[in-house]
Amino acid sequence: MHPAPSIILFTTLSGLGFGLLFWLGIDATAPTGWVAFAFFAIAYLLAVGGLLSSTRHLGRPERALKAFTQWQTSWLSREAWAAVGALTVLGLYAYFLVFFDTQIAVLGWLGAGLAVATVYTTSMIYAQLKTVPRWNRWLTSVLFLATAIAGGALLSGRVSIAMVLLLIAGGIQAWWWQTGDRALRDSGTDMASATGLGKIGEVRAFEPPHTGTNYLLREMVHVVGRRHASKLRLIALVLMMVLPIGLLLVPFSHVFGLLAVISHVAGVLVARWLFFAEAEHVVGLYYGMR
Amino acid sequence: MPASQPVIDTSPKVSDEVRKTTCYMCACRCGINVHMKDGKVAYIEGNRDHPVNRGVLCAKGSAGIMQHNAPSRLRAPLRRVGPRGSGEFEEISWDEALETAVPWLKPLRDTAPEKLAFFTGRDQSQSFTSFWAQNYGTPNYAAHGGFCSVNMATAGIYTMGGAFWEFGAPDWEHTKLFMIFGVAEDHDSNPIKMGIGKIKARGAKVIGVNPIRTGYNAVADEWVGITPGTDGLFILALVHELLKAGKIDLDYLACFTNAPVILNGDPKSPEHGLFLRDDDGKPQVIDRKTGKLVPFDTPGVQPDLTGHFRHAGITHRSVMHLIAERYLDPQYAPEAVAERCGIPADRIRQTAAEIARVAFDEAIEIDQPWTDFRGDTHAKMIGRPVSFHAMRGISAHSNGFQTCRALHVLQILLGSVETPGGFRFKPPYPKPATVHPKPHCKVTPGAPLDGPHLGFVHGPDDLCLTDEGTPARIDKAFTWENPMSAHGLMHMVISNAHAGDPYKIDTLFLYMANMAWNSSMNTRGVMEMLTDTDENGDYVIPHIIYSDAYSSEMVAYADLILPDTTYLERHDCISLLDRPICEPDAAADAIRWPVVEPDRDVRGFQSVLCDLGARLDLPGFVNDDGSQKYADYADYITNHIRKPGIGPLAGWRMGESGLTHGRGEVNEGQLDSYIQNGGFFVSHVPEAAGYYKPWNSAYQDWAVEMGFYDAPQPYLFQLYVEPLRKFQLAAEGHGERQPPDHLRERIKTVMEPLPIWYAPFEDGHVDPAEYPVHALTQRPMAMYHSWGSQNAWLRQLHGHNPLYLPTKLMRENGLRDGDWARVSSAHGAITVPVMEMAALNENTVWTWNAIGKRKGAWALEEGAPEATKGFLLNHLIHELLPPKGDGLRWANSDPITGQAAWFDLRVKIEKSAAPAESQPAFDALTSPVGKGPATLTWKVST
Amino acid sequence: MTQLPTSTERKLGLVIDLDTCVGCHACVISCKGWNTENYGAPLSDQDPYGADPSGTFLNRVHSYEVQPLATSAMPHPAAQLIHFPKSCLHCEDAPCVTVCPTGASYKRVEDGIVLVNESDCIGCGLCAWACPYGARELDQAEGVMKKCTLCVDRIYNENLPEEDREPACVRTCPAGARHFGDLGDPDSAVSQLVAERGGMDLMPEQGTKPVNKYLPPRPKDAWQGQTDVLAPYLEPVAEEPRGFLGWLDKTLEKL
Ligand SMILES: Nc1nc2c(c(=O)[nH]1)N[C@H]1C(S)=C(S)[C@@H](COP(=O)(O)OP(=O)(O)OC[C@H]3O[C@@H](n4cnc5c(=O)[nH]c(N)nc54)[C@H](O)[C@@H]3O)O[C@H]1N2
Ligand SMILES: Nc1nc2c(c(=O)[nH]1)N[C@H]1C(S)=C(S)[C@@H](COP(=O)(O)OP(=O)(O)OC[C@H]3O[C@@H](n4cnc5c(=O)[nH]c(N)nc54)[C@H](O)[C@@H]3O)O[C@H]1N2
Ligand code: SF4
Ligand code: SF4
Ligand code: SF4
Ligand code: SF4
Ligand code: SF4
Ligand SMILES: [Mo]
Repeated sequence: MHPAPSIILFTTLSGLGFGLLFWLGIDATAPTGWVAFAFFAIAYLLAVGGLLSSTRHLGRPERALKAFTQWQTSWLSREAWAAVGALTVLGLYAYFLVFFDTQIAVLGWLGAGLAVATVYTTSMIYAQLKTVPRWNRWLTSVLFLATAIAGGALLSGRVSIAMVLLLIAGGIQAWWWQTGDRALRDSGTDMASATGLGKIGEVRAFEPPHTGTNYLLREMVHVVGRRHASKLRLIALVLMMVLPIGLLLVPFSHVFGLLAVISHVAGVLVARWLFFAEAEHVVGLYYGMR
Repeated sequence: MPASQPVIDTSPKVSDEVRKTTCYMCACRCGINVHMKDGKVAYIEGNRDHPVNRGVLCAKGSAGIMQHNAPSRLRAPLRRVGPRGSGEFEEISWDEALETAVPWLKPLRDTAPEKLAFFTGRDQSQSFTSFWAQNYGTPNYAAHGGFCSVNMATAGIYTMGGAFWEFGAPDWEHTKLFMIFGVAEDHDSNPIKMGIGKIKARGAKVIGVNPIRTGYNAVADEWVGITPGTDGLFILALVHELLKAGKIDLDYLACFTNAPVILNGDPKSPEHGLFLRDDDGKPQVIDRKTGKLVPFDTPGVQPDLTGHFRHAGITHRSVMHLIAERYLDPQYAPEAVAERCGIPADRIRQTAAEIARVAFDEAIEIDQPWTDFRGDTHAKMIGRPVSFHAMRGISAHSNGFQTCRALHVLQILLGSVETPGGFRFKPPYPKPATVHPKPHCKVTPGAPLDGPHLGFVHGPDDLCLTDEGTPARIDKAFTWENPMSAHGLMHMVISNAHAGDPYKIDTLFLYMANMAWNSSMNTRGVMEMLTDTDENGDYVIPHIIYSDAYSSEMVAYADLILPDTTYLERHDCISLLDRPICEPDAAADAIRWPVVEPDRDVRGFQSVLCDLGARLDLPGFVNDDGSQKYADYADYITNHIRKPGIGPLAGWRMGESGLTHGRGEVNEGQLDSYIQNGGFFVSHVPEAAGYYKPWNSAYQDWAVEMGFYDAPQPYLFQLYVEPLRKFQLAAEGHGERQPPDHLRERIKTVMEPLPIWYAPFEDGHVDPAEYPVHALTQRPMAMYHSWGSQNAWLRQLHGHNPLYLPTKLMRENGLRDGDWARVSSAHGAITVPVMEMAALNENTVWTWNAIGKRKGAWALEEGAPEATKGFLLNHLIHELLPPKGDGLRWANSDPITGQAAWFDLRVKIEKSAAPAESQPAFDALTSPVGKGPATLTWKVST
Repeated sequence: MTQLPTSTERKLGLVIDLDTCVGCHACVISCKGWNTENYGAPLSDQDPYGADPSGTFLNRVHSYEVQPLATSAMPHPAAQLIHFPKSCLHCEDAPCVTVCPTGASYKRVEDGIVLVNESDCIGCGLCAWACPYGARELDQAEGVMKKCTLCVDRIYNENLPEEDREPACVRTCPAGARHFGDLGDPDSAVSQLVAERGGMDLMPEQGTKPVNKYLPPRPKDAWQGQTDVLAPYLEPVAEEPRGFLGWLDKTLEKL
């Protein structure tokens, strides 16, 4: 798939934002006043920023509200509802924390649940797609959730929890990659089934339908060099997990904390770039590309 | 269940009006329905009533709207202001344009009309343009046929009075085995596809003979991946097998061909090898009943296939004897040809067996009595349901004429021409070579030429030579180098004119031919010849006038441009006098008419010729009082009379008692009748006249009624072509007109009256070990030569063209898809991207034709892939073969017809680093029309 | 609207004959022409005369080379080339419909045609991601999703003559390789064709249940190694000219 910056930013930032919101929601000793304001402001900037960024991917952003209508079937619609739900509930929760120093725990828990649900619905937008076998796995949701919660923990300053969660998220990420490489093959979809010509013999794409490019190729078919990819995977893992943990291991300082966050975000961005770039949509088979 | 779904209008208004005319996105000439909205062209679809396409339409036809609206369209007449080849022009008025042309052309006509060379491309008004040229008085006129497929056309006409494409078609309804040789697309674009579709729907079989398995060959049930240039051998091996097994149609051969005609067997006679004729000049046969020598058409005669006649100690034998001797020879045995053709001997045997099985064991009969020209009636029409079709793959080689002849001989031996399930002629064919005009070349300053330029020679006396024996025509057509060049040699005009050989010319007048690019061999050389100057700094070819509708590469090389309209804006006439749109069951002709008016200062070229003809006072173009005779082409189409009762259009003429078809007087309302009828006219061949046309009295009578002939003219198929023998006799020293000595041996060898095979000439001039690979081009079905690239829709399909290499060559050269290779021939080199293809003869490479474009042409951006990645193979091909050390430069053409031997090309291939763009690259041309828009959201109505 | 109907009254669709398609692209361009002028926004083209032209098409023709495996009967089978037109298959279980967040994508109850209601479409592209066949293209000028409409504005169009009420691509196909009809009716001509010729689904494992069917190419190059099943070689009547002419004489006597 085309690694569109708007979507990479969206999944990364909103994941982080909702992850932070999750922790703020369940925090028994949630910050209040200006500290709370600062935390919530960061969380909302990330979550809302991510959502707004995603609308840049729309052909008709001015009609974006229509996306709320199909919650019965569409994960994108559900995501819209979950996000709005989470942001509203936690907004109320934050309002009381910031302005009244009051923690309404139920709202926090509800909001945290909705934040997790939002990340889950986001993940399902991808995980539901049979056309991208690498995505079409329960592990994809686990990956999104783990990354969001680990990132949230880091951002909320929970050093030791963050270290453990980063380790887990990193592990899941590695596992996801490892198993994902087999996904297309295991799906049973190949050029033979795509063309139905496999019964005759080995199928090879000859002339494409057009010499130029088109929407499908730009959007669905992105070929990253294999060696290139494994190097990037390593970089992503180091940035999102190894380096932040290392930085957290040295005695805590805000500078190192900030560096750990930046490193993590950069790592997740690289991982998300790969998430799209390596996706291997089955339509590529029609073009002899994967 | 969804709660509700949108209500949509499933019956929207489609258009305000449908205007029916004729497509001209290629020369197939399908009928189209042009849907108009708000006075604009909104959608084009096929006309279901039209005899050619019956409603279907190809990609090009459907994209006509984008051609009509192309930004490359010329806007007004142009006068060159920069140097030739720069593309710098100023727009001028039509009066200025014509006033520029007249002072060039008028003095020439009065002093030396041959100094005007007027050549037209694939236009469809040759009977009109040749009429203009004839009245001008120059002998130098032809269309593009010489570099296109004249081998196919002449071989067909000399052999059987018609060839493939417009002359005939397989009997798609009845054929059970269809064999197609060397065809990628052909002119009969939609009909062939419709035909193959019909065959396939019936489950009948298609065999494709082609080094490349794309298109028709891809759907063929069997593919014969033959080595280029060897089809003649393959076909003659089939003939060998069929003869050996006696699987030939004896009745048919005896009655309708010259197989029983007796040849002069006296080696000392100046008529050795010519027919024994009676006093009326009729070829004679032995009558089986009487054993006597009688004219072939004697009523009641039973011509004896094995007849011989002994006289004065000499035995004269029938053509059949020669056929048996020649083709039963072991040199044509499958084993002997297999390796050369790249086809296993078993496969050849098996193909022969299959052809024989279908022709004779699956013969069909149609209950349709008919009477032949000898007066014999036949109760049924016997069909041999094997049909063949072939085109440039066998035609565009230096052995193409003989190969095409070989294929026709195969068809005739099977009795599958003009019989049900075989190959059928389209009216006005069949028409034997003898009733076509002969070429004319007698120039009289200030007066018309002595007759039509092009035609069929029947011996040395008909050649176009001057009194000194030098070529009379600039293209050297109808000379000893290529005696039967029935379509002229457009590919030699520029190089001969540049060399002043046989003489210099003053004005080159071209119409609709992109000679500075894809339609020339040696493209760079041609561009240099067009811009070359003499010692005074003047251009060697002093004046060039060109008519195009678009900003093509050739435009840049002319001094004066006469911009044409598009096909939707003008009158045209697809005439029975010319190259009509008939089908085997029907005579048909058609028109184009302005379904929209031009929105700019352009004029239909034929109308311009009417005007120019009048300004030059050409007979035929002025009235007695000197005024202009035809206001425009529509006026000409309606009012011109070729012979009494015969005009350009056959439909809705004026008879004694109202409207009539075929012969009749002028009808002022004729074009309106055509328009009302959908733009065409059809007259069906009567039921009893559907097959056996050359010999069928019912057909002959109908043809006379329609005006195709003045009297019935039945004839025999010419397995043995006597005029060829006449040229051999001259080469042997007989007769007044003698070939130059350096050509004697060649004429003796190649002008064999029974088909032979010889290796393509390039094989003898180029070292096959150094250049081991054959290089070909194919037409893409969705593009028409260079025109397609200006079309926003079509150029997305074919924006550049890789060179396809067989798997073996990819491996040998360490190449992978997308790599680049340097491809060189004895003449030049190109560096181009390559792709692998498995379904390809393992010594052949190929690419799509005419996709590569010159930078700056066609209103495309300079970075267009057509210019940066696309390429032409033409840079590797030369109009002359490489020198051989004999001091001569032999033409890269068929020695009989002059057909350009595009497909003889041999190359070698080496991997190359990727250059910035495909090589050779040329400077960008200045566009005389600007560039196109950045986005298209084309919709006529909202 | 993104719910699929549990069943449709008819299953209109195309049957494409891979044995007959010559790869001419006629269907591609007639589709482009019709749909540029008709249903919804025009199919736009970007950089149409430039270095990187690209545009919206609802139907495209691929081509594939297939190398049959060698067998003892056919040790060197020739590679085959197959032209392969592809447009929306109007799937029964159309994933492109259920993913749509706006309801713009829907499957019609009366005939099963899958359509995009352009005025509801936000151009999120999700339906194109969900389609395994590459049958949807987001128009770059209009920002909405375009797809084959099965020419819904032709097939019922009372302004067209009866015989023209079929998709533009079917009407134009010169080889007759495209067929249109109700695949829900086992007696329809298209269903019959599918039954006779072993019509197949593309990517059946994706579970989309395509309505459109493809007729596989018939077996090719039967000659290779199978001489005996076809016509046996011809029996010679003579090996050299004299013998042949003798045979000819004898045969002519009998006639
Ligand atoms: N390598 C290689 N070269 C080949 C061939 C090959 O097989 N291989 N084939 C050869 C053959 S057979 C042929 S016929 C030639 C064809 O070559 P050309 O006849 O040169 O074909 P086009 O490129 O179409 O050029 C025709 C010109 O006509 C112009 N034109 C189009 N429509 C109109 C119109 O309505 N009015 C006017 N006045 N002009 C118009 C076009 O803009 C173009 O400039 O190419 C030859 N060249
Ligand atoms: N779409 C489209 N249609 C066209 C044209 C066009 O440009 N585009 N051009 C028109 C014109 S001007 C012409 S002349 C006709 C030409 O129509 P075609 O005769 O179909 O011309 P080519 O495309 O040159 O195809 C020649 C075929 O012969 C094969 N071939 C080459 N050498 C040999 C050989 O030695 N033996 C055999 N058996 N095959 C061989 C090639 O592989 C190729 O498939 O098409 C006309 N129709
Ligand atoms: S074959 Fe195509 S381009 Fe040629 S006349 Fe017919 S529709 Fe037009
Ligand atoms: S082919 Fe693609 S777009 Fe069409 S219905 Fe099936 S999934 Fe949807
Ligand atoms: S692009 Fe349009 S039709 Fe497709 S899913 Fe998004 S809103 Fe629905
Ligand atoms: S049915 Fe209509 S919209 Fe669909 S591919 Fe054919 S022409 Fe295009
Ligand atoms: S129009 Fe017919 S033959 Fe041509 S590509 Fe389309 S389906 Fe194939
Ligand atoms: Mo041609």
